[in-house]
Order: sequence, then C-alpha cells, then structure tokens
Amino acid sequence: MSKQDKRATGDGESFEVIPTMYGADIEGGKPTGIEVESPIDDDKSYSQGQLVRRRFFRHKGAMAALVVLVLITIVAFTSIGIGPIPGWWDKDFRLAGDAINGGRPSWEHPFGQDTVGKDYFALVMRGTQQSIIIALGVGLISTFLGTLIGALAGYYRGWIEAVLMRMTDLFIVIPLLVLAAVLGRIASGWGIWGLALMLGLVTRTGLARLVRGEVLSLREREFVTAARAVGTGSARIITKHILPNAIGVIIVSATLAIAAAILLETSLSFLGFGVQPPDTSLGLLISQYQTAFTTRPWLFWWPGLLILAIALSVNFLGDGLRDAFDPRQNRNKD
Amino acid sequence: MTTLDIPTGPGYGPESTSPSVLSFEDLHVRFGTEFGTVHAVKGISLDVAPGEVVALVGESGSGKSVTSMTALGLLPKNARVSGTVRVGDLEVGGLDARGLRRMRGNDVAMVFQEPMTALNPVLTIGVQLTEALELHGIAYGKQADARAVELLRMVGIPEPERRLKQYPHELSGGQRQRVVIALAISCDPKVIVADEPTTALDVTVQADILDLLRSLKDKLNTGILLITHNMGVVADMADRVAVMLKGDIVETGTADQVLNHPQHEYTKRLLASVPHLGAGPGQFGSSTEIDHVADVVAEAPALDLRNLVIEYQRLGKTPFRAVDDVSFHVGQGEIVGLVGESGSGKSTIGRCALGLIPAASGSVSIFGNDFGAMTKRQLKDLRKRIGVVFQDPAASLNPRMPVGDCIAEPLVVHEVGDSASRQQRVYELLDAVELPRGAFNRYPHELSGGQRQRVSIARALTLDPELLVADEPTSALDVSVQASVLAMFTALQERYKFACLFVSHDLAVIDLLAHRVVVLQNGEVVEQGLRSEVLHNPREEYTRRLLAAAPVPEPGEQRRRREARHALLAELGEHYAELQTPGDLPGTASTGTGRR
Repeated sequence: MSKQDKRATGDGESFEVIPTMYGADIEGGKPTGIEVESPIDDDKSYSQGQLVRRRFFRHKGAMAALVVLVLITIVAFTSIGIGPIPGWWDKDFRLAGDAINGGRPSWEHPFGQDTVGKDYFALVMRGTQQSIIIALGVGLISTFLGTLIGALAGYYRGWIEAVLMRMTDLFIVIPLLVLAAVLGRIASGWGIWGLALMLGLVTRTGLARLVRGEVLSLREREFVTAARAVGTGSARIITKHILPNAIGVIIVSATLAIAAAILLETSLSFLGFGVQPPDTSLGLLISQYQTAFTTRPWLFWWPGLLILAIALSVNFLGDGLRDAFDPRQNRNKD
Repeated sequence: MTTLDIPTGPGYGPESTSPSVLSFEDLHVRFGTEFGTVHAVKGISLDVAPGEVVALVGESGSGKSVTSMTALGLLPKNARVSGTVRVGDLEVGGLDARGLRRMRGNDVAMVFQEPMTALNPVLTIGVQLTEALELHGIAYGKQADARAVELLRMVGIPEPERRLKQYPHELSGGQRQRVVIALAISCDPKVIVADEPTTALDVTVQADILDLLRSLKDKLNTGILLITHNMGVVADMADRVAVMLKGDIVETGTADQVLNHPQHEYTKRLLASVPHLGAGPGQFGSSTEIDHVADVVAEAPALDLRNLVIEYQRLGKTPFRAVDDVSFHVGQGEIVGLVGESGSGKSTIGRCALGLIPAASGSVSIFGNDFGAMTKRQLKDLRKRIGVVFQDPAASLNPRMPVGDCIAEPLVVHEVGDSASRQQRVYELLDAVELPRGAFNRYPHELSGGQRQRVSIARALTLDPELLVADEPTSALDVSVQASVLAMFTALQERYKFACLFVSHDLAVIDLLAHRVVVLQNGEVVEQGLRSEVLHNPREEYTRRLLAAAPVPEPGEQRRRREARHALLAELGEHYAELQTPGDLPGTASTGTGRR
C-alpha cells in the first residue's frame, strides 16, 4: 500500500485550472495540461460560469452595448412612466398641443413635436418601451418554446421528433413577415403582450432547430450514457445533463432572436400590421412620418436612431456572449 | 535529388557520422493564453542523424508534440519560438511562408496519429498522393500516377492501381496509416516526424506499421523523430531516446541505456509504471492471489451471457452483426478481462451488459435476472447493483456538474439518503479513490486526466455495486497515471469484492488484474479460460498473434519477441511488413527506373 500511496499523492494533490493553448477548455475536452508559467492565483478556482462571466466582462463591445441598453431602458421607462405610474417627463404622448416653432426640437420639446403638436420625446419613449417589451416577451417565449421543442425532438427522436420538427419546418417555409402579419393582426387586439406572444411563436423556429442539433450531439456523449447506465430518468437527463451543456447555444441564439424580433415588430408596425394607433411604436412612428422626412427630418431620425441603437446593442451582446461561451470561435483576436 | 536510389548496407546505420538531418538547439516555445504565458518547451537540444530513429518520450503535456511541430513550422499563431531548428541545412525560423511550404514534404514530412483525420475524406487516395508530387514538381500527370502506384506498392498495399481510385474510408485503419506513410515518403524527405504513429491502431496493426517504419530508415536512410508515450514502441524502434518532462529533456541516451539503466528519477518512475506483459499479477501492488480464486458455483453468477447476439440495424441493409453467439459468465467477486482489437465487439458487449443495447437473441442475466424479461421498475432497481466506468473520463463526466454532485448523482437518482448522508458518502468515496476532499466543489475540467478517472471510479462505486463494467478505464491515461489508477482499482476490488467485466485492448493490463480472460475476434469468442492459460499458453492462433504483437519496454527482449513474431508469421505463411523497394520486386523494377 505504501508504494501505492506515494504514487497517488504525486498525482492527486495539485488543483489548478488547466489552460489549453486556446484558454481554459470549457467544453470538457482533454486539456493539454501544460503548466502555466505564471498562474494568476494558485488556490483560485474558476467554475464554468465564472470563466464565461470573466470573458464576457472583458468583451469591450458587449460591455458598451450593455451600458447603452441599460441607459435606454432606464430612460424609456422612467420618463413617461409605466401604465398608471407617472414618470418625470410631464408631457403625455397622446395629447396634442400647439406646435411651437414648426415643431422643431427646442428646450421645451427636445425631440420636437409631430404634425399635430404631440411631444415627440414622449412618443419615442413610448415606442422604445414597446420595443423593449417585445424584446423581453419574445426572448422569454421563443427561448422557452424553442428549447422545449428542440430538447424533446433531439432527445426522443422517432415520431416525436418527426411531428415537432415538421411543424417547425412548416413555420419556416412560410415567409416570416407574412406569418407575423397574419398573427399580428389577430393579436393586435390583446395589446403589446399579445404581439410579443405571436412574435415569440414565429421566431422560436430557429432556436428549436439549433437546440435540437446540440441535443442530438450531446445525447451521444458518454456522460449521458453514464447517467443512463445509473438508471437516471429521461426528464432528469434532459434538465440536469443535456440542457446545462447546451446553455451557450441557447443564450446566444436567444439574443440574436431578440434582435430579429425587434426589427420584425418595427417592420410589422411600419406596414401597419403591428401596434395600432393611438398607441405607438418606433416602426409605426417612422411609417407615419416617412413623408415628412424632407420637411421635418427629426421625426424620422429619432425613432430610426433608437431602433438602430437597440438592435445593434442586442446583437453586440449576443456576439459577446458567443465569444464568452465558446472562446474557440473567437475571430476578433488570434 | 528526387529518386529513390536506396542506399543500403553498412555505413548507413545509426553509427553513421554524417551531419544531422534535424536538429533543435536551445529551443523554447511559449504560448500566450488568457491565463498568462505557457512555457511549453524550455530550451531543449536534440539531433537526428540520417537513418536514425530518435524517440521523444513523455507523458501528455510534456511538450513533445509541440517540439515536433516546430520542425515543420506548424504551430498556432499564439506561439513564440526561440532557438534554432535546422532541417538539413535549412533554418526553419528564417524561412518565409513560401520557403516553409517548399521545405515541408521535400525535406521534412510528417506521419500523424490518426490516419482517418490526416487524410481528406472527400478526395481519393490517388489525388492525395499525386497532389504532393505535383506541388513539389516531382512528377506530373501519368508519371505522377505511376509514382503513386509505386509508393503504395512500397508500403505494402495490395492492388495499388485499384486503391488509387478509392477513398480513405474504404481502407482499413492499418492501410490508411500506410497511405499516410506513403505520402510522407513521396518526396523523399531527409527526415520524417512521426507523431504517435501507432497510438490509434490495434496491436497487430501497430506491429506491422512499426516494421514498415523500421525498414524505412534501413532502406531509405531517412531520419525519424518518433514521438510516443508507449515504452514498448520505443523499445521496438528507437536507436536513441530522449525523455521529456514538462518541457525539458531530462535524459538522453541509447535505447538500451535509457530503458535498461535509467539515470533520472522520472525515467525510472515512468518505466516502473509500465505494466509488463508476462509478469502477471503482483505489479503495482495488485494481489498475487488472483489465480487461486474460489470458483463459487453455488451462487448465481454476477453476469451470465448465453448465446448472445447483438445486431445494429442499418437502413435498407441487412443488420450488422456486431456480436455473434457469445457465451461467458462473470462469477461474483471475479474480474474477467474481455480482450480484442477494435471492432471485435467488446465495448458492445459491455454496453449490452449494462442494458443500454438490447440483445437480438440469446440472454443476458445479471444475478439470475434476465434483462429481457424485466419491467422498467425492476430494471432501475437492478441498475443500483451495477456500476460503470468508461474509457474517457473527460467525456464521461458532465462538464457542468461539480465533482461532488457527479459522485452523488446515483444516490439522488435512486433516492437514497438525504443531502447530509449523501455528502458523507461522497467524502468516503473521495477518500477511497485517494482524492482530497477539497475536490468536492471542483469541476471536471479543473482536474487532471487521472483525477477525473478516479472521480468516474468513485461514481461507479457510489451504490456499492456488485458488478462493475469497466470499458477501457485506463486507455486514455498516461502510463504513470494508469499505474496508480490500476493499483487503486485492484485495492478497491479486494476491499469491496465486486465482480468486474474489464474490457481492454491492452493485454498487459489484463494480465495484471484479471482472473479469467475472454478473447474476442470479429464478435466471436476465440478463446476463454484462466488468465495464466490464455495469456501464457495460448492455444488459438489469433491469441498467439495478439500476444506476439504486443511490444514490451525492453529493447533486447523486444528484439527477441519481434523475431519470434516474424517466425510465427512465417510459420503461418505470411510476410512481415517492410518497405518494398524496386530491387525487392524484380517483376516491377522496370516501372521504377522510368521516372525522373
């Protein structure tokens, strides 16, 4: 036994993050095990989550996007208030007034006024609120549905997969805009949340396919076989063993789906199928004032810039998350 | 100089005094990672003379592959190389991309570990062979085809004309590796870097490929830098050996010096941990009592396979029969070694014994209960009594689950105990597999390969199983780690007395711990019986071949074994693999003289 113990201690005691040539390997592949010359902290250990967070917080683009998005959200919701709760901006987006100085931006109306004298700042803020609600709703609904469908189809295969994926394919072959327009018309009576639900339903397809692909590869991994050999049930295998390993794919594609949904809502409202007046949204604002572009350009620029800022920020966040979850895909450095 | 005028005879052996074809001088390689700089190679110097095989030995992470890559200038962009690397009279560091391209193939060529991934699956063998010839301006068109045929014939591939039109997947693993070798010698390089050339191959194929490589250095006078972790391969091939540890060369010398009279502490430890085929039990503190196991017939055997047939369904084709009419049993408290080459169905049997694959016919009973005739509930209860260890601990542990949760998982699944008692059990198991209790909250990627395999073993033992299925549990590990894991494994087996089906391709490992051995070939049992009979007095031809092909880490003994193997092959009416030069093939010599 003593001989044995000696060997065991030689192998058994040192714990440190084993970095590979590409950085620490979070996919659980074999590390090269080459020792770091100057380890940062010997007794510090990084969990997968900490590693991801570390990389995410170092991604400058994503951090800038996060700041922009948080600022826009705070301003949009505090300025005109939510529902019955009033905000710090004293003008209502529904009330028309006298157009001062032809509705040009002024101290009184920083974003100017529209053709009937409504305060344009309040209108744009309302539109931004709608976009953020859409983002949130679509993010939750399409992520939940997509993950559920993808996981079930990928794990069980057979007829369950056939039914779920053919339904998904059906949604994919119908042009997204047409589908969303029809569903959006139906849902517009239920307000913005109804629209978010519908958009979530139509944007879940991409996520479902991606998650299914990931699950298909994960279910063949040995740790799943090991779990099955122990007698673990299917539900536990999916929730405990497979989905945590697919979280990278899920988060990243959810972010990108959100960006797409914001643009989709904008296009729908622009076409008149989305949010209906007297309520408003960024797309609707642009559509209403597209003819005023030459005479009152601010009516176009403010909502346009905000759409751009929100969509870009969300995309940058998705980019940063992808790099954080999968450092090997990183094409920025290297 | 592109012809293959083969200089043979004396004067071209390792004792040749001609200048080295490959030399490293004070080589340093550093990698920039997000965790700081990794100093992978720390100032090593090494020479390879023409016609000499220098083996670079070390465990994973010792920097041996990185060293070999510098010879071809093939390191990733985050690597910084200092020192000089010379190939012939070229200095690799001073070459631009164009110069590097010209050097690769012409002066230095590479034989990779995994021939399936080293060959492009969508191109035919012929295209891949002629590509190198045409790129380096050696031969074009028809001439290149003729040369490709000749190269394939040289490495001993039958019907080379037909092979040119085939794709890599149509060849067997050994033939693919021969194609990779043909590619490597196609431009007549001065030196070949062989990075673990036989690690992915079966032992009998490995022996053939080693024979081929050996004839390469004799007949073409090529220098070979052989990267390997297998001491048996070193003993079989190497003229000189350099042992690497954490980026440093700790010992160099002739094969005999290093393997038989090691000076450095690490080399001694490394050699001591290589299981020796033929030495039998007693290595690494395993019990020497295993031959005297009481054959308990009274109880139901832990695992009983009767006329087992396993088939894989194929779409639109007849099912593939992976296991055909296999019968054997594993008694309680007994270790049965299941040996065979890849594709012999040994892992399939292991999975079937776990109830993961259904049997097409025949029966699998565990403690007298037939798998086929059980409800889901009974199956789950039965699974409590079976543990499993897989080959690759990196793959068989959930990367998102801390070690403690991983080991406790079977308890949670079978609803045993509460969280406090589970934690207590995990601590006990961590002690049993000699891991510190601090490992409880670590993630698998933070552990080394050996530590991870200890975790898998601990997980397998969580529910005190009466039967353990171990599918190549040490194949993915370094030798020194394998030794400690095997020692721990045998100690645990003595303590817990579980029955074990031990699947392995490594005869030496089976030799040191199994009570009985079952030899499989192509899904059928070739031979089974007590370890001492099967492995020391084999009756069947296949077992003899298998045993003869396994290399041992002692140059003298390995030479005798090699000659004995060649004698065995001659007795069976076969030739051992060697480079077929035009001189050896009088009938085809004319095709050889026509080229440039």
